[in-house]
Amino acid sequence: MERNLTHIALFAALIAVLGLVPQISLASGVPITAQSLGIMLCGTVLGARRGALAVLLFLALVAAGLPLLSGGRGGLGVFAGPSVGYLIGFPVAAFVIGWLMERTTLPVGTAATAASVIGGIGVLYVFGISGLAVMLDKTVTEAAYLGMAYLPGDILKAVLAGLVTQSLARMRPASLLSRG
Amino acid sequence: MLTLTSPVEIWAHRWPAGRKLALLALATTGLFLLSSPLLLCLAFLATLGLILTGGAAFLETSLRLLRPLWPFLLIVALWHLWTGDLAGGTVVMLRMVTAVALANFVTMTTRLSDMILVFQWLARPLQVFGLSSRRLALAFALVIRFIPVMLDRVGKISESWRARSPGNARWRVLVPATLAALDDADRVAEALRARGGAD
Repeated sequence: MERNLTHIALFAALIAVLGLVPQISLASGVPITAQSLGIMLCGTVLGARRGALAVLLFLALVAAGLPLLSGGRGGLGVFAGPSVGYLIGFPVAAFVIGWLMERTTLPVGTAATAASVIGGIGVLYVFGISGLAVMLDKTVTEAAYLGMAYLPGDILKAVLAGLVTQSLARMRPASLLSRG
Repeated sequence: MLTLTSPVEIWAHRWPAGRKLALLALATTGLFLLSSPLLLCLAFLATLGLILTGGAAFLETSLRLLRPLWPFLLIVALWHLWTGDLAGGTVVMLRMVTAVALANFVTMTTRLSDMILVFQWLARPLQVFGLSSRRLALAFALVIRFIPVMLDRVGKISESWRARSPGNARWRVLVPATLAALDDADRVAEALRARGGAD
Protein backbone atom coordinates (compact mmCIF):
# COMPACT_ATOMS: atom_id res chain seq x y z
CA MET A 1 0.00 0.00 0.00
CA GLU A 2 2.72 2.46 0.97
CA ARG A 3 4.59 1.45 -2.16
CA ASN A 4 1.62 2.39 -4.37
CA LEU A 5 1.29 5.73 -2.62
CA THR A 6 4.95 6.67 -2.90
CA HIS A 7 5.19 5.62 -6.55
CA ILE A 8 2.15 7.75 -7.41
CA ALA A 9 3.52 10.73 -5.49
CA LEU A 10 7.08 10.48 -6.83
CA PHE A 11 5.89 10.19 -10.43
CA ALA A 12 3.62 13.19 -9.94
CA ALA A 13 6.77 15.03 -8.83
CA LEU A 14 8.62 13.66 -11.88
CA ILE A 15 6.01 15.12 -14.26
CA ALA A 16 6.48 18.49 -12.57
CA VAL A 17 10.28 18.29 -12.70
CA LEU A 18 10.29 17.32 -16.39
CA GLY A 19 8.20 20.41 -17.12
CA LEU A 20 10.38 22.72 -15.04
CA VAL A 21 13.87 21.68 -16.13
CA PRO A 22 14.97 23.77 -19.11
CA GLN A 23 18.11 21.68 -19.73
CA ILE A 24 16.06 18.86 -21.16
CA SER A 25 15.56 20.63 -24.45
CA LEU A 26 14.98 17.53 -26.50
CA ALA A 27 16.13 18.92 -29.79
CA SER A 28 18.62 21.76 -29.53
CA GLY A 29 17.08 25.13 -30.26
CA VAL A 30 13.46 24.00 -30.26
CA PRO A 31 11.90 24.50 -26.83
CA ILE A 32 10.03 21.24 -26.38
CA THR A 33 9.40 20.46 -22.76
CA ALA A 34 9.42 16.94 -21.48
CA GLN A 35 6.18 17.32 -19.54
CA SER A 36 4.05 15.13 -21.79
CA LEU A 37 6.92 12.66 -21.77
CA GLY A 38 6.36 12.48 -18.00
CA ILE A 39 2.69 11.64 -18.64
CA MET A 40 3.75 8.85 -21.03
CA LEU A 41 6.26 7.45 -18.51
CA CYS A 42 3.55 7.38 -15.82
CA GLY A 43 1.58 5.04 -18.04
CA THR A 44 4.45 2.88 -19.30
CA VAL A 45 6.13 2.46 -15.91
CA LEU A 46 3.33 2.61 -13.35
CA GLY A 47 0.51 1.01 -15.35
CA ALA A 48 -3.05 2.17 -15.90
CA ARG A 49 -4.46 2.88 -12.43
CA ARG A 50 -1.36 4.19 -10.67
CA GLY A 51 -0.28 6.15 -13.76
CA ALA A 52 -3.62 7.93 -14.05
CA LEU A 53 -3.66 8.65 -10.30
CA ALA A 54 -0.14 10.15 -10.47
CA VAL A 55 -1.29 12.48 -13.27
CA LEU A 56 -4.44 13.42 -11.32
CA LEU A 57 -2.33 14.21 -8.24
CA PHE A 58 -0.08 16.42 -10.37
CA LEU A 59 -3.10 18.25 -11.84
CA ALA A 60 -4.61 18.74 -8.37
CA LEU A 61 -1.43 20.52 -7.26
CA VAL A 62 -1.48 22.66 -10.41
CA ALA A 63 -5.11 23.59 -9.71
CA ALA A 64 -4.24 24.31 -6.08
CA GLY A 65 -1.89 27.06 -7.25
CA LEU A 66 1.57 25.63 -7.96
CA PRO A 67 3.08 26.86 -11.27
CA LEU A 68 4.12 23.36 -12.37
CA LEU A 69 2.93 23.23 -15.97
CA SER A 70 5.63 23.82 -18.59
CA GLY A 71 6.40 27.49 -18.97
CA GLY A 72 5.61 28.11 -15.30
CA ARG A 73 1.85 28.05 -15.83
CA GLY A 74 -0.51 26.94 -13.11
CA GLY A 75 -3.46 27.86 -10.92
CA LEU A 76 -7.12 27.60 -11.76
CA GLY A 77 -6.68 29.84 -14.80
CA VAL A 78 -5.16 27.07 -16.94
CA PHE A 79 -8.36 25.06 -16.47
CA ALA A 80 -10.37 27.96 -17.90
CA GLY A 81 -7.97 28.51 -20.83
CA PRO A 82 -7.93 27.08 -24.34
CA SER A 83 -5.57 24.17 -23.51
CA VAL A 84 -7.91 22.69 -20.89
CA GLY A 85 -8.68 19.77 -23.22
CA TYR A 86 -5.08 18.60 -23.02
CA LEU A 87 -5.19 18.76 -19.21
CA ILE A 88 -8.36 16.64 -19.11
CA GLY A 89 -6.76 14.26 -21.60
CA PHE A 90 -3.55 13.80 -19.56
CA PRO A 91 -4.89 11.28 -16.98
CA VAL A 92 -6.91 9.47 -19.65
CA ALA A 93 -3.80 9.21 -21.83
CA ALA A 94 -1.76 7.81 -18.92
CA PHE A 95 -4.53 5.29 -18.20
CA VAL A 96 -4.75 4.13 -21.83
CA ILE A 97 -0.95 3.84 -22.12
CA GLY A 98 -0.79 1.81 -18.90
CA TRP A 99 -3.73 -0.35 -19.95
CA LEU A 100 -2.07 -1.16 -23.27
CA MET A 101 1.26 -1.90 -21.53
CA GLU A 102 -0.45 -4.30 -19.14
CA ARG A 103 -2.09 -6.25 -21.94
CA THR A 104 0.36 -6.41 -24.81
CA THR A 105 2.97 -9.16 -25.16
CA LEU A 106 5.25 -7.11 -27.44
CA PRO A 107 8.85 -6.44 -26.31
CA VAL A 108 8.90 -3.68 -23.67
CA GLY A 109 10.49 -0.93 -25.78
CA THR A 110 8.22 -1.45 -28.79
CA ALA A 111 5.17 -1.77 -26.56
CA ALA A 112 5.99 1.44 -24.69
CA THR A 113 6.53 3.44 -27.89
CA ALA A 114 3.36 2.08 -29.50
CA ALA A 115 1.31 2.66 -26.33
CA SER A 116 2.69 6.22 -26.05
CA VAL A 117 1.74 6.96 -29.66
CA ILE A 118 -1.78 5.60 -29.19
CA GLY A 119 -2.41 7.08 -25.74
CA GLY A 120 -0.10 10.08 -25.58
CA ILE A 121 -0.82 11.30 -29.10
CA GLY A 122 -4.06 9.64 -30.33
CA VAL A 123 -6.14 9.84 -27.18
CA LEU A 124 -4.58 13.06 -25.89
CA TYR A 125 -5.15 14.88 -29.19
CA VAL A 126 -8.84 13.89 -29.27
CA PHE A 127 -9.29 15.63 -25.91
CA GLY A 128 -6.92 18.51 -26.65
CA ILE A 129 -8.32 19.35 -30.07
CA SER A 130 -11.94 19.06 -28.86
CA GLY A 131 -10.97 21.47 -26.06
CA LEU A 132 -9.47 23.94 -28.53
CA ALA A 133 -12.56 23.68 -30.74
CA VAL A 134 -14.91 24.42 -27.83
CA MET A 135 -12.85 27.15 -26.19
CA LEU A 136 -11.97 29.00 -29.42
CA ASP A 137 -15.39 28.34 -31.00
CA LYS A 138 -13.94 26.69 -34.09
CA THR A 139 -14.80 23.50 -35.95
CA VAL A 140 -12.84 20.37 -35.02
CA THR A 141 -11.04 20.45 -38.37
CA GLU A 142 -9.87 24.03 -37.83
CA ALA A 143 -8.75 23.25 -34.30
CA ALA A 144 -6.90 20.17 -35.57
CA TYR A 145 -4.60 22.36 -37.69
CA LEU A 146 -3.58 24.22 -34.51
CA GLY A 147 -3.06 21.01 -32.57
CA MET A 148 -0.87 19.46 -35.25
CA ALA A 149 1.91 21.97 -34.47
CA TYR A 150 2.91 19.72 -31.57
CA LEU A 151 2.91 16.47 -33.55
CA PRO A 152 6.65 16.21 -34.46
CA GLY A 153 7.72 16.88 -30.87
CA ASP A 154 5.22 14.40 -29.49
CA ILE A 155 6.35 11.62 -31.84
CA LEU A 156 9.92 12.23 -30.65
CA LYS A 157 8.71 12.03 -27.05
CA ALA A 158 6.85 8.76 -27.68
CA VAL A 159 10.05 7.22 -29.07
CA LEU A 160 12.01 8.54 -26.08
CA ALA A 161 9.39 7.14 -23.69
CA GLY A 162 9.91 3.75 -25.34
CA LEU A 163 13.71 3.97 -25.03
CA VAL A 164 13.57 5.11 -21.39
CA THR A 165 11.10 2.37 -20.48
CA GLN A 166 13.28 -0.23 -22.18
CA SER A 167 16.38 0.93 -20.27
CA LEU A 168 14.44 0.82 -16.99
CA ALA A 169 13.23 -2.70 -17.78
CA ARG A 170 16.85 -3.78 -18.22
CA MET A 171 18.19 -2.05 -15.13
CA ARG A 172 15.33 -2.67 -12.70
CA PRO A 173 13.06 -5.39 -14.14
CA ALA A 174 11.03 -5.46 -10.94
CA SER A 175 10.37 -1.72 -10.99
CA LEU A 176 8.27 -1.82 -14.14
CA LEU A 177 4.94 -2.05 -12.35
CA SER A 178 2.99 -1.99 -15.60
CA ARG A 179 4.43 -5.40 -16.46
CA GLY A 180 4.16 -6.67 -12.85
CA MET B 1 8.82 26.61 -3.86
CA LEU B 2 6.88 29.67 -4.97
CA THR B 3 3.13 29.43 -5.31
CA LEU B 4 0.93 31.68 -7.41
CA THR B 5 -0.70 33.21 -4.32
CA SER B 6 -0.25 36.97 -4.44
CA PRO B 7 1.98 38.41 -1.70
CA VAL B 8 -0.17 41.55 -1.88
CA GLU B 9 -2.91 40.85 0.69
CA ILE B 10 -6.29 42.08 -0.48
CA TRP B 11 -9.82 41.72 0.89
CA ALA B 12 -10.44 38.51 -1.06
CA HIS B 13 -7.64 36.71 0.82
CA ARG B 14 -9.89 36.74 3.90
CA TRP B 15 -12.79 35.00 2.15
CA PRO B 16 -13.09 31.24 2.72
CA ALA B 17 -11.57 29.25 -0.16
CA GLY B 18 -14.68 27.10 -0.59
CA ARG B 19 -16.88 30.15 -1.13
CA LYS B 20 -14.49 31.60 -3.72
CA LEU B 21 -14.36 28.30 -5.62
CA ALA B 22 -18.15 27.93 -5.63
CA LEU B 23 -18.59 31.50 -6.90
CA LEU B 24 -15.91 30.92 -9.54
CA ALA B 25 -17.69 27.79 -10.77
CA LEU B 26 -20.95 29.76 -11.05
CA ALA B 27 -19.31 32.72 -12.78
CA THR B 28 -17.47 30.53 -15.29
CA THR B 29 -20.64 28.63 -16.15
CA GLY B 30 -22.37 31.97 -16.62
CA LEU B 31 -19.62 33.21 -18.94
CA PHE B 32 -20.00 30.19 -21.19
CA LEU B 33 -23.79 30.63 -21.34
CA LEU B 34 -23.49 34.29 -22.37
CA SER B 35 -23.12 34.95 -26.08
CA SER B 36 -23.85 38.66 -26.43
CA PRO B 37 -20.73 40.81 -26.93
CA LEU B 38 -22.23 43.60 -24.79
CA LEU B 39 -22.88 41.38 -21.73
CA LEU B 40 -19.46 39.76 -22.07
CA CYS B 41 -17.89 43.19 -22.27
CA LEU B 42 -19.66 44.11 -19.02
CA ALA B 43 -18.40 40.88 -17.43
CA PHE B 44 -14.89 41.69 -18.59
CA LEU B 45 -15.08 45.21 -17.13
CA ALA B 46 -16.46 43.83 -13.86
CA THR B 47 -13.54 41.39 -13.64
CA LEU B 48 -11.10 44.19 -14.39
CA GLY B 49 -12.71 46.24 -11.61
CA LEU B 50 -12.40 43.28 -9.24
CA ILE B 51 -8.68 42.97 -10.00
CA LEU B 52 -8.17 46.76 -9.70
CA THR B 53 -9.43 46.64 -6.09
CA GLY B 54 -6.12 44.90 -5.35
CA GLY B 55 -4.03 47.84 -6.53
CA ALA B 56 -1.34 48.31 -9.16
CA ALA B 57 1.04 45.52 -8.12
CA PHE B 58 -1.84 43.03 -8.03
CA LEU B 59 -2.95 44.13 -11.52
CA GLU B 60 0.59 43.69 -12.84
CA THR B 61 0.80 40.10 -11.58
CA SER B 62 -2.65 39.37 -13.03
CA LEU B 63 -1.54 40.61 -16.43
CA ARG B 64 1.66 38.54 -16.24
CA LEU B 65 -0.43 35.41 -15.55
CA LEU B 66 -2.50 36.14 -18.67
CA ARG B 67 0.58 36.22 -20.90
CA PRO B 68 0.32 32.57 -22.12
CA LEU B 69 -3.02 33.51 -23.72
CA TRP B 70 -1.48 35.93 -26.25
CA PRO B 71 -0.79 33.37 -29.02
CA PHE B 72 -4.39 32.14 -28.82
CA LEU B 73 -5.77 35.70 -28.84
CA LEU B 74 -3.63 36.51 -31.85
CA ILE B 75 -4.78 33.43 -33.76
CA VAL B 76 -8.46 34.11 -32.99
CA ALA B 77 -8.08 37.79 -33.92
CA LEU B 78 -6.39 37.03 -37.25
CA TRP B 79 -8.87 34.27 -38.03
CA HIS B 80 -11.89 36.49 -37.44
CA LEU B 81 -10.38 39.44 -39.31
CA TRP B 82 -9.94 37.09 -42.25
CA THR B 83 -13.47 35.62 -42.12
CA GLY B 84 -15.00 39.01 -41.31
CA ASP B 85 -16.99 37.68 -38.31
CA LEU B 86 -15.80 40.36 -35.87
CA ALA B 87 -18.61 39.94 -33.33
CA GLY B 88 -17.90 36.22 -33.03
CA GLY B 89 -14.20 36.89 -32.50
CA THR B 90 -14.89 39.47 -29.81
CA VAL B 91 -17.14 37.02 -27.96
CA VAL B 92 -14.49 34.28 -27.97
CA MET B 93 -11.67 36.58 -26.91
CA LEU B 94 -13.60 38.38 -24.17
CA ARG B 95 -14.91 35.13 -22.75
CA MET B 96 -11.47 33.52 -22.75
CA VAL B 97 -9.70 36.44 -21.07
CA THR B 98 -12.46 36.97 -18.50
CA ALA B 99 -12.72 33.30 -17.53
CA VAL B 100 -8.96 32.89 -17.13
CA ALA B 101 -8.54 36.20 -15.29
CA LEU B 102 -11.33 35.30 -12.83
CA ALA B 103 -9.83 31.87 -12.16
CA ASN B 104 -6.40 33.44 -11.67
CA PHE B 105 -7.97 35.93 -9.26
CA VAL B 106 -9.15 33.05 -7.04
CA THR B 107 -5.74 31.36 -7.25
CA MET B 108 -3.95 34.60 -6.39
CA THR B 109 -6.09 35.25 -3.34
CA THR B 110 -6.10 31.73 -1.87
CA ARG B 111 -3.25 30.10 0.00
CA LEU B 112 -2.07 26.70 -1.25
CA SER B 113 -2.86 25.03 2.08
CA ASP B 114 -6.44 26.36 2.06
CA MET B 115 -6.96 25.18 -1.50
CA ILE B 116 -5.64 21.70 -0.64
CA LEU B 117 -8.02 21.56 2.35
CA VAL B 118 -10.95 22.26 -0.01
CA PHE B 119 -9.74 19.52 -2.37
CA GLN B 120 -9.54 17.08 0.54
CA TRP B 121 -13.08 18.00 1.53
CA LEU B 122 -14.23 17.52 -2.08
CA ALA B 123 -12.48 14.12 -2.20
CA ARG B 124 -14.30 12.82 0.90
CA PRO B 125 -16.81 10.76 -1.15
CA LEU B 126 -13.81 8.83 -2.52
CA GLN B 127 -13.25 7.30 0.91
CA VAL B 128 -15.50 4.41 -0.14
CA PHE B 129 -12.80 3.50 -2.68
CA GLY B 130 -10.14 3.50 0.03
CA LEU B 131 -8.77 6.99 -0.57
CA SER B 132 -8.67 8.34 2.97
CA SER B 133 -8.08 12.08 3.38
CA ARG B 134 -4.97 11.24 5.44
CA ARG B 135 -3.49 9.32 2.53
CA LEU B 136 -4.37 12.17 0.16
CA ALA B 137 -2.71 14.73 2.45
CA LEU B 138 0.40 12.54 2.63
CA ALA B 139 0.50 12.27 -1.18
CA PHE B 140 0.26 16.07 -1.59
CA ALA B 141 3.01 16.60 0.98
CA LEU B 142 5.28 14.01 -0.67
CA VAL B 143 4.98 15.66 -4.10
CA ILE B 144 5.64 19.13 -2.73
CA ARG B 145 8.68 17.86 -0.81
CA PHE B 146 10.11 15.82 -3.67
CA ILE B 147 9.88 18.38 -6.48
CA PRO B 148 12.87 20.41 -5.18
CA VAL B 149 14.74 17.19 -4.31
CA MET B 150 14.30 15.85 -7.84
CA LEU B 151 15.06 19.21 -9.49
CA ASP B 152 18.32 19.24 -7.56
CA ARG B 153 19.07 15.66 -8.61
CA VAL B 154 18.39 16.36 -12.31
CA GLY B 155 20.73 19.35 -12.00
CA LYS B 156 23.45 17.13 -10.55
CA ILE B 157 22.98 14.47 -13.24
CA SER B 158 23.39 17.02 -16.03
CA GLU B 159 26.38 18.60 -14.24
CA SER B 160 28.17 15.29 -14.04
CA TRP B 161 27.38 14.72 -17.70
CA ARG B 162 28.94 18.07 -18.57
CA ALA B 163 32.00 17.15 -16.52
CA ARG B 164 32.55 14.15 -18.78
CA SER B 165 31.51 15.54 -22.14
CA PRO B 166 31.69 18.82 -24.06
CA GLY B 167 27.94 18.91 -24.74
CA ASN B 168 24.81 19.09 -22.62
CA ALA B 169 23.12 15.98 -21.29
CA ARG B 170 19.70 16.89 -22.74
CA TRP B 171 17.48 13.81 -22.98
CA ARG B 172 20.16 11.55 -21.47
CA VAL B 173 19.16 12.69 -17.96
CA LEU B 174 15.80 10.99 -18.42
CA VAL B 175 16.81 7.42 -17.57
CA PRO B 176 18.84 8.24 -14.42
CA ALA B 177 16.16 10.72 -13.27
CA THR B 178 13.34 8.19 -13.67
CA LEU B 179 15.44 5.46 -12.08
CA ALA B 180 16.14 7.73 -9.10
CA ALA B 181 12.41 8.44 -8.74
CA LEU B 182 11.66 4.71 -8.70
CA ASP B 183 14.37 4.03 -6.09
CA ASP B 184 13.21 6.97 -3.96
CA ALA B 185 9.66 5.64 -4.09
CA ASP B 186 10.81 2.27 -2.73
CA ARG B 187 12.88 3.84 0.04
CA VAL B 188 10.16 6.28 1.10
CA ALA B 189 7.68 3.39 1.17
CA GLU B 190 9.98 1.45 3.50
CA ALA B 191 10.49 4.51 5.69
CA LEU B 192 6.72 5.04 5.89
CA ARG B 193 6.11 1.40 6.81
CA ALA B 194 8.81 1.58 9.48
CA ARG B 195 7.02 4.58 10.99
CA GLY B 196 3.64 2.89 11.22
CA GLY B 197 2.34 2.99 7.65
CA ALA B 198 0.36 5.47 5.62
CA ASP B 199 -2.78 5.31 7.78
